[in-house]
Formats: sequence, structure tokens, C-alpha cells
Amino acid sequence: MSAAETTTAEVPPARPSPPPRSAAKGGGADRRHPRRDGGRPGGTRGAAAVPWALLAPCLLVLVLVLGYPLVRLVTLSFQEFGQSQLWGFKPAQAVGFDNFSKVLGDGEFWAVVLRTVVFAAGSVIVTMVLGMLVALLLQRVSGWVKTLVNIALVASWGMPVIVATTIYKWMFDSDYGVLNYLLSKLPGVDVIGHNWFASGPQGLAVIMLLVVWGAVPFVVITLTAGLTQVPRELEEAARLDGASSWGVFRHVTVPVLKPVLVMLTTLSVIWDMGVFPQVFVMRGGHPEAEFQLLTTYSYDRAFVVNDYGGGSAIALLTVVLLLGVVAVYMRQMLKIGDVE
Amino acid sequence: MSGVSGVDGLSGMGAVGGAGTAAAGAARRRGGGVRRSRLGWNLLGLCVFVGAGFPVYWMLDTAFKPARDAIDPTPHLLPTSLTLDNFRRALQIADFWGPVGRSLTVSLTVVVIGMAIGLLAALAISRFAFRGRKIVIVGILAVQMVPLVAMIIPIFLLLNDLGQYDKLSGLMITYLTFVLPFTVWTLRGFVVNIPKELEEAAMVDGCTRTGAFLRVVFPLLAPGMVATSVYGFIQAWNEYLYALMLMSQQHQTATVWLGNFTTKHGTEYAPMMAGATMMAVPMVVLFLLVQRKMAAGLTAGAVKG
Repeated sequence: MSAAETTTAEVPPARPSPPPRSAAKGGGADRRHPRRDGGRPGGTRGAAAVPWALLAPCLLVLVLVLGYPLVRLVTLSFQEFGQSQLWGFKPAQAVGFDNFSKVLGDGEFWAVVLRTVVFAAGSVIVTMVLGMLVALLLQRVSGWVKTLVNIALVASWGMPVIVATTIYKWMFDSDYGVLNYLLSKLPGVDVIGHNWFASGPQGLAVIMLLVVWGAVPFVVITLTAGLTQVPRELEEAARLDGASSWGVFRHVTVPVLKPVLVMLTTLSVIWDMGVFPQVFVMRGGHPEAEFQLLTTYSYDRAFVVNDYGGGSAIALLTVVLLLGVVAVYMRQMLKIGDVE
Repeated sequence: MSGVSGVDGLSGMGAVGGAGTAAAGAARRRGGGVRRSRLGWNLLGLCVFVGAGFPVYWMLDTAFKPARDAIDPTPHLLPTSLTLDNFRRALQIADFWGPVGRSLTVSLTVVVIGMAIGLLAALAISRFAFRGRKIVIVGILAVQMVPLVAMIIPIFLLLNDLGQYDKLSGLMITYLTFVLPFTVWTLRGFVVNIPKELEEAAMVDGCTRTGAFLRVVFPLLAPGMVATSVYGFIQAWNEYLYALMLMSQQHQTATVWLGNFTTKHGTEYAPMMAGATMMAVPMVVLFLLVQRKMAAGLTAGAVKG
């Protein structure tokens, strides 16, 4: 069930309602009852206070627990803040753009950025393609197969990330891991005792597999719901006009699913750029240099090197890197999220 | 929700009426090929089932087999003998019920606070027209997109300053940052789906606005609220990074507890899988219960860290 579906279902019944102009305004209902309005001079202004009063606790909490740290993140990235500042021996000192120039001038940072982008892009592409293929497959299988696949998908979706990571660590263990055993059964492959985490790219590929395994179910289930919205007549018409299966998919299915696809892709980018526990736990809490992604890199800089200013600068740069993606996501959400 | 099924029904009717004859013709032409291709698709579907389900199966399999079978160089893919020894070992390796109790306390508190505050906010942005409404909606959406990992440094320093480091209350405050926006957004989706006319009818019949909400909207909203709470609970329970950073070893929560199986002498995999099973099964069951209900909210709310 997609947001698009909710929209199409929601808008039509709202139109023919008898008093449309009062239905649109919250205060309208009050105006029809002068009895209650009497006690409150300036009814409209009073009505405007109600939503803000309802919002107040939520906004207060968000400003306290999110707004303040966000501001602190920005100020920290312009300060020298190390162990002595943490213990209060020295006041934090403003250092201007020093943290940024140090980070940006570091070759390792750019290697980490590149690695993160490649990792996230790979995860997103594999997730979306696999998710689409499985969703299309689910339209073509018998009912019982569909049920089985759905059970497996929901089970892997519901797995706590930590548990999933632990399972993958076990499956890919170099000595007793079942994967090495199974792969070695294939003709011409011998990976008994192979250590997947000896090299960065291979280890990150395993972590990517773990991320994709956890992310595909959400994509499949959302797309399956979206696919029910693709009008059958349109597909049939295209087919009668001589379109191939690929043509139908490309010119009928994808355009209808586009809002959902954009949303899923942007969300996946945001999530996959923020991968942390998978790498952290997989590498026993100390990811090696060639496993560092932006998230772990920032964490290391702050809590291992005790350079909180530098760590904040890296975190802030990550957020900035994501802003473009977030903007696309928000536009799409506001477009299909029926913000009347 | 009734509107949704109505639309479904309509498009279904259209498909039957408009394309029925064409489909029948195509089926006749393809004849026996349909059954054969269905078989192929089913086989492929089974491969997906095995691929997606194997890690879960392997966790259960390892958890229930004797520890020395788990480190057999030629592992048996099918269970050989069942034993609960690994679970016993998992329970004694480190205090289990303490972390579970702490996780429960934190998750339940966060959900209760989040639902109370979140419901009010959701009503405000879905049932009232007021200036600044759009900004609030955009703000709540945007806030969900801030990667939690990026916030760990300032939150750590903030809690440190407030003397809330290594306190459950500090962890609860932190978890509100991701449970609250998600709750508001999802509940908003559920509220929007309840026709405003119902409320208005009740008010025409003499209910106050609050009365109309309590008697008409609230009962309809209850299932959605339950689903949202359960989902928020799962999110809070599964959180790892903040639990690791903000709590000391004596006060660790359930997710961090799973790290106890790896020591400098190596990892005890079979008990670890037993521990993983104990952690995962309740969460997966809860998730199964609410998943269908949340699918709608998730596409609209979309938070799964």
C-alpha cells in the first residue's frame, strides 16, 4: 500500500462533502455553533491557538533533543574540542575553519568519501534492482510460493540489525563459516579457510550483502503494493499494440511506479550512507582503515582520537553531502503525501 | 481505508470488463506454455525464499545443535540433534535479564511518551488548518532524515554536561529523537484516513470537538496507534549505537549484551546464535503482527534505521 494509493483514495470522497468551505478549515465547525463561540471573542484567533498548543510538547521535545545537538554539532565543528575540553580543564576555543581545512586537506578523508559513495551507490542499486525483480516475480508465482517468500522477507526485515550482523559474521567465519563450505562445493572453487575480511573491498562486499539482505524486503513489499496500482488494461493495451515485456515494463510499469521508486531510492541512499553498526560490529568495534566509511570515520575521530571538533566537522560534511538527496525525497513526499 | 479498497475494486472491475476477452484469447493461444512458465517462476521464487531465509534458518540451526557440531569443518545443513545447551550457556555467559529489563524500561517509556506527545502533534497537523502548518510538516519530515550517527558527538557531550551519561533517562531522551518524528508522521497518516465527515456529524449532533474525537476518531484510530507503538517499541529495542556509547558495561542493554560472546579468546558462536535467537524471535513476531498495518504508514513515514 503506497502513499500514492492513499492519496488517490483520500481526495475524491473529500470533494462532494456538503459544506466544502467549512470542511477545509478547522475553525469552521465552531462557527456553525455560536453557542460555543460566544465564550471566546475573536474565534478564529482562538482556533489558531489550539493546533499550536497541541504541537507545543512535541516541538519542545524536538528542539531540546534534536535542535540543540544540531546547533552544537555546527558550533563544535568550528572549535577545538579534545579531551581537556571534555573534562573541563580548558574552555573550547573557536578555531574558525581549521577543522574543515584539516579534514578536507587529508587524503584519507577523500578516500573515505569515495569508499562511502561507492558502497552506498552499490547497495542502493543492488537493493532496488533485486527488489524490483522479486516484486515482479511475486506477481507471477503461485499463491503458496508467494506466501513462503513473504514469510522469509518479513522475517529478514524484522531481524534486529545487530542480530543480522552477528549471523553474517558467523556465516562468513573463515574457519567454521558455512558459506566457505558451501562455495567450495561449487566446481573449481576452493575457499576453505578463506578470510573474507582480510581485504577491504571483499569485506565491504560482505557487509553490502548484509545491508542489501536487510533492505530488500521493504522495497519488495512497497513495490508489490505499488504494482497492484498499475492498471491491467494499460498493460494489456500496450501488449496488444505489440510492446515486448521489457517495453511494457519500461513504458507502463515504471512511469506509474515512479513516485514510489523515487521515494524508495532516496530513502535507500539516506539509509545506506548512514550504515554504522554493520561495519562497527563486523570489525569488532575497531574497523581497519580500509573499512572506514564516513560514519565510522567521524566516530573514530571523535571517540578514539578524542578530536570532537574534527569528528563533528566530518559528520557535518556527511549531512551536507546528503542534503541534495534529502531535498529530492522531501519534494516527492510533499507531492504525494497529500499535504492538502 | 474503505476508500482504498473501493479504488482497488474499481480498477479490478475495469480490468475484468475491458481486458477480459483479450486475456482469455491470450491464454488460449499460449495453452500449455502457461503452466510450464508458472513452474519456472515458482522454482525461481523458491530460490528467493531459500536465499532470503537461509541466514535466519542458519541462526536457528546453529542455536539448537550441540556446540561441537557447530564447529564441524563439514557442517550439516539439516539439524542433527536438538539441544538447549547453547541457550543455557548464553544465559550464564553474562547477565541476561538485567539488560532485557533495562531495554524494556527504556523502550516502553519512550513509546508511551512518544505516543502521548506524538498523537497531539499528529492531530494538530492533520485536523487543523493554521499558518505555519506546512513548515511544521516539512520540519518533522526533515528531522527524520538527519542521520543519527552524525548526532552522536553532540548528544554525548550534552548528556555528559547534564550528568545523564550512563543513565537510563539519558538514553530515553535520546531515543525520543527518532521515535517521536516517526510517530507523528505515521499517526498523521492514520488520522488523515479517517473521514472528517464522521467527526463533523458527531459535532452536528451536539458533541464537543473533544467529545467527537474521543467517541468517534479515537476508536477508529486505536488499531493504528497499537501498530505505531509496537513499531516504535521495536525501533527503540533494536537501537545499538547510542546504547553502546551512552551506557557503561554494567548498565548495558539487550542489543549490546550480544557482544559479550566475543572475547579475546575468540567467539563462542553456538551460544551467540542462541542469544541472537532469544533477541530476534520476540521482535520478529511483534514485527509480523504489525507489518501489514505499518506498510501504509511506512511508505508515508518511512523510518527504518
